Amino acid sequence: MIPKPAPTNGKRVTVFLNGKPCTAAEGESILDVALRNGLTIPHFCTHEDLPTDANCRTCLVEIEGEGTVVTSCTLTAKDGLRVRLDTPNVVRLRTENMELLFGDYRANSPRTRHGYWSRTAEEIERLKVSGQKYKRDDPNRPLHIMGSAAEFDPTLCIACNKCVEACQMIGISHLTLEGKGSKTRVGFNQHPKNDCIYCGQCTAHCPVEAIREQSHLEKVIDALRDPSKTVIVQTAPSVRASVGEGFGVPIGTDLTEKLATAYRKLGFNYVFDVNMGADITTMVEAEELVERLQAKWNYAEGKSKKKPIPGPMFTSCCPGWVKFVEFYHPELIPNLTTARSPQIHSGGAYKTWWAEQEGLNPKDIVVVSTMPCTSKKYESTFEHLSINGIKPVDYVLTTRELITLLKTRNIDLPSLKPSAIDRAGTYSGAGAIYGASGGVMESALRTAYYLLTGKELPGITFEPVRGFDGFKKASVKIGKRTIKLAVVAMPKNMWKLLGELKKDPDAYDYVEAMACPGGCIGGGGQPIPSTFAIVKERIRGLYNIDDRMTMRRAHENPVVQEYFEYLKKVPAAKRRALLYRTYGKKAKGE
Amino acid sequence: MAAPANIIEKIEKAGIIGRGGAEYPAHLKWRAVRNASVTPKYVICNVSEREPGVFKDYHILAHNLPTVMTGLTLAMETVGATEGVINLNAIYEKKFKKELDTAIADASKRGFKIRIFEEAPSYIGGEETALLNAMEGKRCEPRLKPPFPTQSGLYGKPTLIHNVETLFDIALVAQGKYEGKRYFSISGAVDSIGVYHLPASLTVQKVLQQTKNEPKEEYFVQVGGGASGTVINQEQASTTMIGGTAALTVHLLAEDPRTLVLDWLKFYRAESCGKCTPCREGTYQLLKMMEESRSIPWKKMESLFDVLEQTSFCALGRSVPVPLKSYAANVLPLRT
Repeated sequence: MIPKPAPTNGKRVTVFLNGKPCTAAEGESILDVALRNGLTIPHFCTHEDLPTDANCRTCLVEIEGEGTVVTSCTLTAKDGLRVRLDTPNVVRLRTENMELLFGDYRANSPRTRHGYWSRTAEEIERLKVSGQKYKRDDPNRPLHIMGSAAEFDPTLCIACNKCVEACQMIGISHLTLEGKGSKTRVGFNQHPKNDCIYCGQCTAHCPVEAIREQSHLEKVIDALRDPSKTVIVQTAPSVRASVGEGFGVPIGTDLTEKLATAYRKLGFNYVFDVNMGADITTMVEAEELVERLQAKWNYAEGKSKKKPIPGPMFTSCCPGWVKFVEFYHPELIPNLTTARSPQIHSGGAYKTWWAEQEGLNPKDIVVVSTMPCTSKKYESTFEHLSINGIKPVDYVLTTRELITLLKTRNIDLPSLKPSAIDRAGTYSGAGAIYGASGGVMESALRTAYYLLTGKELPGITFEPVRGFDGFKKASVKIGKRTIKLAVVAMPKNMWKLLGELKKDPDAYDYVEAMACPGGCIGGGGQPIPSTFAIVKERIRGLYNIDDRMTMRRAHENPVVQEYFEYLKKVPAAKRRALLYRTYGKKAKGE
Repeated sequence: MAAPANIIEKIEKAGIIGRGGAEYPAHLKWRAVRNASVTPKYVICNVSEREPGVFKDYHILAHNLPTVMTGLTLAMETVGATEGVINLNAIYEKKFKKELDTAIADASKRGFKIRIFEEAPSYIGGEETALLNAMEGKRCEPRLKPPFPTQSGLYGKPTLIHNVETLFDIALVAQGKYEGKRYFSISGAVDSIGVYHLPASLTVQKVLQQTKNEPKEEYFVQVGGGASGTVINQEQASTTMIGGTAALTVHLLAEDPRTLVLDWLKFYRAESCGKCTPCREGTYQLLKMMEESRSIPWKKMESLFDVLEQTSFCALGRSVPVPLKSYAANVLPLRT
């Protein structure tokens, strides 16, 4: 993880941690100072983007001289403060608190029960917690299922409140804490007008794997073992820049090629890429954007009597955002682009065009996506996205599940030799930046500009839509016309956007919306910890990939061109099924 | 009555301290809220009373409501509060609603805006920041301090919170009638369970004698509340002064230790708010240990006592071992 940098404002002071002088900003927490200086203190309920709750009581330290034991997350730096991090009393007390938190963890966790590597189990072991001293209250409470994306396991919950705060922070507030005393666990907003959008931010903020993705590990392993199946893996744009975090690799390092080797070691038959799908999405979406814009312009200029759809076109590659629209604002469904999402586009291509090329029966192909996302699991289950009864994507593994699988198989990703992805996974730089908030829009603009003008977008990059900001506004001039753009990340900014659109439906022409902070790169399926600072580093990694590529526009991708040639030859209904989708109002829990 | 100009100095001189149990000097709170530049400000009269053996707030409401209202409006006027809130444990709310509504209407005529907050009964509600959370519709669990309520209290605004007895005492100071007395709740194995207004400086034994409540048989006393109070034996009662909450719960030495310990643990298990690990999980484990054991598993309980005492988030958790450890040290050795 990235240690929190010292605040630049405030008075500098020196504190002594285990006798070692450390510079700190006055008032900073001793936990932050210690972590920045490479000292370890166990902690479970702190997350730098969320409020300090100080409820796990494990980050204990002893104040020298006084002998009092306090939590280091709440102890603030003042000049000359001397603390000890692991006196016998500190170790004894924090171990006891951890024994209380992790009573029967291994027995209760499905990961450890089924022999998988578990981040939490490893941490508990490292901290010398037996997990055997206590049995926690109510061990038989059932799982709470969140759509087909995530699940909450009350037997592992330590009531740290991070998921609740993460859900609040992004602007949904579906989670609450319920109950009293040892019955305290996560609860769910029962209000009929409040629902989960499956973004999985709760799962990315859970320190103990209690609220987590619904596992597809077993199904993927079964498929890999089945000799009658051709198993394809396709990697989402964001995964390559974050999977290394599970192995201590610097954040943002592009591991595309080492990952290709790892997939082959795991037994995948073909290594493709969701970036290829992203290039398809860009083509379809850019074309639709151009159509919608022209319809608007023609109507405004009196060239056509046909009333255009009012308001902007919305991106739809984020299933969390789609669920947000379908549940909270179904009246805006016509504004969603009809383009399918990248994994569904490429999955469909592999099970039709590629299968035909290879002479494979699509029923024998298993497509596995690795995704920074939990809502992509939900999307993969939609029957209405099937083509001739065949689902484009069979299973989705989150980045965390991918790390789990690699660690379980003792595959040390960073030490592997690089290898190339298979040709059908070829992608452009436009596909690569899909993972960052603003990336989908930038990719679509590169192609839309070409479609509208026959020329390439001058200066390929489009800086105004880049960056971590949750609500970015920009405009681009195409000929004599100006296109107004907005890029939003997180529901709290979606609410703001909808407020603006209520006042002026035509405030924007094109809007990209993503459920997670920073876009998919800050997704709910990403490694833990996932902090704003870490997400920013990962974003840098994604743009580096684009910068290094010679092919940076979706319409230049030869594989995509080939696929579109193929599409010209298939019946119109099949073409429509492969490229477009529909939406519908969603009920709570749907 | 109008607030005397130098009321804060008078409170300081009279040595008024918080009667909710924390004994914090009242004048410091008043100054902090009066001097705070943020507005609006609030004054809260806390009648959360929920600990077994403590029932003096009830008595004060029943007998001295006008004086309490005087204290409350004095406080509002002095610190510049726009609103006063009486936090009433829901059981008391039913009992005193009519009288309180009348008193609030009277205060309203004098320009004071006061409302009642009906609190779902909980022990943790006596912790002032937990109370603030409950009043804001949040989970009733304590907040991190600092900031203290005097800086950032109800809705993040400067807030003066006093137990109902403290406001009563302050009204007496303003009226020149304060005599250094306080209310004692006396219960348990005594002849006359009740609330008594007596000098604050008496020993436990003197209080029992003056109220004709000293048992004839050998006894021990839990001082400071029937849950969190310290247990002392008969000999100690003759020298122990009463700090914190003035509640004396009298037990006979012959009482069954297991029942006593179980009662304490059941109370804490039920009242732990669930915020921090030692209290949330520890109180459950302690009760389970006790229920599963024939004797009292003191040795096994020790490590839980330690984390409760040294690492709990608030005073509730820290107080769990108090009755148990003092009972083991002061009373158990006397049983033969």
